[in-house]
Amino acid sequence: MGRFLLRRLANYMVLVIVASCLAYFLAALSLNPRSNFESKNPRPPEAVISKTLQEYNLDPHTPVFERFGHWAADVATGNLGKNVKGGSVNDDFGRRVGVSVRLLLISTLLGSLGGVFLGAWGAIRQYRFFDRFTTLGSFFVLAMPIFVIAISLELLAVNFNHAAGSTVLQYTGEYDPDVNGFWAQLLSRFNHLILPTLTLVLVQMATYSRYQRNTMLDVLGSDFLRTARAKGLRRRTALIKHGLRTAVLPIVPLLVYNVVLLFTGATFTEKIFNWHGMGEWLVDSINTNDTNSVAAVSLFTAVVVLVAGLLSDVIYAALDPRVRVS
Amino acid sequence: MSLQQQPALEPEEAPAVAVGAPLSSQVTAPVAPGRSGRLRLTLRRFARNRLALVGIGLLVLLFLLAWVGPLLDKWSYEDLDFDAFLQPPSGDHWFGTDQSGADLFAQTCRGLQKSLVIGLLVGLIVTALAAVAGASAGYFGGWVDRVIMWVVDLLLVMPSFLIIAVLSPVFQGATWLIFVVLLAAFSWMITARVIRSMTQTLKDREFVKAAKYLGVPTWKIIARHILPNMASLLIIDATIQVSVAIIGESGLSYFGFGIQAPDVSLGTVIAAGTTSATTYQWLFWFPAGCLVLVGLAIAFIGDGLRDALDPNAAGAKAKPGKARRKAAAARAAASPQTSEADVLGSK
Repeated sequence: MGRFLLRRLANYMVLVIVASCLAYFLAALSLNPRSNFESKNPRPPEAVISKTLQEYNLDPHTPVFERFGHWAADVATGNLGKNVKGGSVNDDFGRRVGVSVRLLLISTLLGSLGGVFLGAWGAIRQYRFFDRFTTLGSFFVLAMPIFVIAISLELLAVNFNHAAGSTVLQYTGEYDPDVNGFWAQLLSRFNHLILPTLTLVLVQMATYSRYQRNTMLDVLGSDFLRTARAKGLRRRTALIKHGLRTAVLPIVPLLVYNVVLLFTGATFTEKIFNWHGMGEWLVDSINTNDTNSVAAVSLFTAVVVLVAGLLSDVIYAALDPRVRVS
Repeated sequence: MSLQQQPALEPEEAPAVAVGAPLSSQVTAPVAPGRSGRLRLTLRRFARNRLALVGIGLLVLLFLLAWVGPLLDKWSYEDLDFDAFLQPPSGDHWFGTDQSGADLFAQTCRGLQKSLVIGLLVGLIVTALAAVAGASAGYFGGWVDRVIMWVVDLLLVMPSFLIIAVLSPVFQGATWLIFVVLLAAFSWMITARVIRSMTQTLKDREFVKAAKYLGVPTWKIIARHILPNMASLLIIDATIQVSVAIIGESGLSYFGFGIQAPDVSLGTVIAAGTTSATTYQWLFWFPAGCLVLVGLAIAFIGDGLRDALDPNAAGAKAKPGKARRKAAAARAAASPQTSEADVLGSK
């Protein structure tokens, strides 16, 4: 098992390095950081632009391999370079990861627990009203792109606020800068969390409940559950201790995978509700032709995918005795 | 045996019912030989699924809206009505107008056309690509397998949204078909993995070996013997990929990374409206509603297909008639196996 994981790790490492190098080349070749300075008013002299860009290692006139060399050497020492405004990418990075985690922590917890519950209960009540309702509901949610869900919720909140006559539900940003006092600020933060969290929870519940329903249905027809009932366990105990525990098992790697991926942020949700997290960074860095930031985002995404993949392998092995033994 | 008098008995259920009956009295069900039998069976099972029929109906309506709608509307998607800026839906402008006076109905139809075409194209390309790559990896094994799987892993690690977005300045001004290719290039990997593992098990089956030793060329074995055996997987997956592509396309277009200016897709129509959507809400609800309906229709169809193609699916079987239910009960009583309903059944 250990050797298998080590080989897996080495393989993934190579992939991460290749993927982030490719991403750097793509970004460096297709984005034009110079446009940020050319559109400034008054426009700085050509020589100044070139000098600044060279200082940031962003000048499109420098051969791409030379730029890559600088970038790779910096990254190897933990320095992600400079953004188009001259700030440190590392600082942006730290701040934005924090924002994303604050946004996604609650929604991931609620979404995965809710999804498991809905799916399992739906399987137990197969073809009854509850099952049909949640199945149709999850079809509906999964048919919607996430930005449609987010904007719909935003518009509904606008209508609600309009009807209430005041801004009851907040839908822009992470907190209200005008609010003072610890408790008032906490409340404001909580209010700002409601809509984006609802968006993410809906999507995750819909996804997980589909998987959970399938695995639970498989388990419900199994012999060991019949045995558990035959030896005298009550239905509820048999279903939870023998049924649900087995049925959750295949879902856990998926959950772990998604929990780790949450660090890369929720692009659409963050962008629409104006949270300055990793997901928003991805879009903004491309829109501002910020090569180094794009490279940082893709490097981070690749690393996160690697960690998520490995972790879900390990957890699956730890949970499933069949894998653990062999 | 009253069973045999039932003329409505269907071929698929016939053997199951006749299990207990003596061989001589088995119903000679009217199974059409060969391919048409399977096709007809699938169709019948599909038609039994009400949700799937709703999906088909919805999709037909949406196609009609996309291509016939513009013929009925007096405004073209390029027209600007300078007497009506940001007007709510009315008899003149069915879906209202936007800030430059463009008719939202015409825009939505135009966007729907492109979104549907992109979805279908990507679905087709993805399934073909996944079938070829997955089947080759599984069939040849060795270094072919290793190379293809390495590419699969690499593409899975690369953030596809980011890559397509970064490349968007490059295909600006070029044809939207490049965008289709890019979308397809980043969505075939998981399917290819599934197909690979299915191929690995099929490879050792007698009929494949027989073909191989008879000297059938390899590509023909893959095309005639391997891929048809996973037809159901491929069909279902193609359906799912269509809706995945439409959703992915709209997301990228929403940020301006997808379909570019002269072309219109549902994503760009929604994106154009969002800035004023909080006050002029029809700018969002109509195109977004169409997008959701497309997704919903395809999901229903996909689900119906899955049930129709899966021999074990309970949902697609005919509702048991009275006589048959009695027979089933008799069988259940005769066999020692208790059905799960007795153990876990309703309280």
